[in-house]
Amino acid sequence: MSIRTEQPWVRRALIAAALVCLALFILLPLFVVFFNALNKGVEVYFRSLNDPDTFSAIRLTVITALVAVPLNLIFGVAASWAIAKFDFWGKNFLTTLIDLPLSVSPVISGLIFVLLFGAQGAFGPWLMEHGIKIIFAPPAIILATIFITFPMVARELIPVMKAQGSEEEEAAMTLGASGFQTFWRVTLPNIKWGLLYGVILCNARAMGEFGAVSVVSGHIRGQTNTLPLHIEILYNEYNFTAAFAAASLLAMLALVTLVLKSMIEFKYRAELSARDGSVGAFAGVAAGKMENHS
Amino acid sequence: MGINILKQKSTLPGLHLSLGYTIFYLSLIVLIPLSMLFIKTSTMGLREFVDVITSPRTLAAYRLSFGASLAAGLVNIIMGFLIAWVLARYSFPGKKIVDALVDFPFALPTAVTGIALTSLYSQNGWVGQYLYKWGIESAYSPLGITIALIFIGLPFVVRTVEPVLQELDAELEDAAASLGANRWQTFIKVLFPNIIPALITGFTLAFARAIGEYGSVIFIAGNMPGKTEIAPLLIMTKLEQYDYAGATAIAVVMLLVSFGLLALTNFVQSVFSKRIGMN
Repeated sequence: MSIRTEQPWVRRALIAAALVCLALFILLPLFVVFFNALNKGVEVYFRSLNDPDTFSAIRLTVITALVAVPLNLIFGVAASWAIAKFDFWGKNFLTTLIDLPLSVSPVISGLIFVLLFGAQGAFGPWLMEHGIKIIFAPPAIILATIFITFPMVARELIPVMKAQGSEEEEAAMTLGASGFQTFWRVTLPNIKWGLLYGVILCNARAMGEFGAVSVVSGHIRGQTNTLPLHIEILYNEYNFTAAFAAASLLAMLALVTLVLKSMIEFKYRAELSARDGSVGAFAGVAAGKMENHS
Repeated sequence: MGINILKQKSTLPGLHLSLGYTIFYLSLIVLIPLSMLFIKTSTMGLREFVDVITSPRTLAAYRLSFGASLAAGLVNIIMGFLIAWVLARYSFPGKKIVDALVDFPFALPTAVTGIALTSLYSQNGWVGQYLYKWGIESAYSPLGITIALIFIGLPFVVRTVEPVLQELDAELEDAAASLGANRWQTFIKVLFPNIIPALITGFTLAFARAIGEYGSVIFIAGNMPGKTEIAPLLIMTKLEQYDYAGATAIAVVMLLVSFGLLALTNFVQSVFSKRIGMN
């Protein structure tokens, strides 16, 4: 033991230094959000949240997530089934393409939809002729959000499904189960934690997205503002208490996300080690930690 | 369809359905919209394209974005390594909570990050008031931008380095120690070289994220053209002036840099995994 670890004082100093870094860079910003929101008392806090524009911003944010997350969930299941269960040509290339949106700047993610549907865009004139509004309207907000969160369920599920292998599914098929039954009764129970993990991270990103949505929204109060955009407007109007009050809602969402995420990681690890003593599949979830929110 | 795309036969059903849907949805949401950038660029003349991306304002924005991202990435290498080391090697009360908190910058919406950091580091802020007394302008300056980029990049380094530190073979350290190396020598000569690829990967991921970052930066940046205007903001400004071509040209350059970095990361990782013989 002694040869593989540092002197106690070195150890304590390093732990202290790491904790100071985290406190200064992570806890302090979190704390200042709630402090500024509640600075003028609880009553002012609730009064500044009780505003029709804030409500409509919350509504649009929830609607956006309700459309984007299920669509990316369906895609995630399809993509991980194809990639984890079969070995086909061009598979690595496909995986790279799926991860592509993670390395595109949020502003560029919005820009591409302006180039498609904007007034001077590829389909702009046609849309205008038919009276369909996409840019500066909720459809573009939803599309940009889908793009930003595109790989988030898939990249959680692919490693989990890969680690699970295909033996159980093959056995079910041999015993006469249909493809759908096999998926529903064998695959789904095996991947449920990975799936939930992906959905939670995808949802957090969908509700919190700012840059991409900002490009396509048009910032019409009460109509095309999501909660993050509403925060910007309040802040730029020097309405700091209201801005931080709205921000506190999103900070709470972030905290809930972190708690659920840690619980799933814990549960998933316990379940796997109870089953066969291996935590191999967990590596998928752990590796996902790395780039998830990017 | 007659063409066999499978390398290996499988008894499971659903390949055509799942793969077909994957490619359809990928094309619809990602490939077609992204290709618009290149289609739009191709309608510009080469001269126009070069003029946009070499104008003084654009060059200043690139310089700021890349410079601040580089500085933030270097700070994160040190801070991220320290935190990863402590989390991977020591146990202390509350470690699980600390470990979960590392992901907080991932989970916090960027607009919230932006206003929180601005409130902390501006002249009257809790941290800013001390820094300004020393003449350090920690908001509405390149330093402010760097602070925001440190915040959003930190988890990348911690989460790439931490698993590598955990998986390092303990026998290596034992061997070094039994051959008479002291703790510091073991660290420098045995542990550290094994962590370098992970540090590079973590740095690259944080850097790639930072050059495109928008929400957490614009509140603290000041947004003065030529001084504190980052490249993503310049794209936004061009769009607001209906200069689609200009916005696209700047975006294409940024996108190519991001893809280059992505390829570099994959390369570093594949070289590394070959060297230590894992998959």
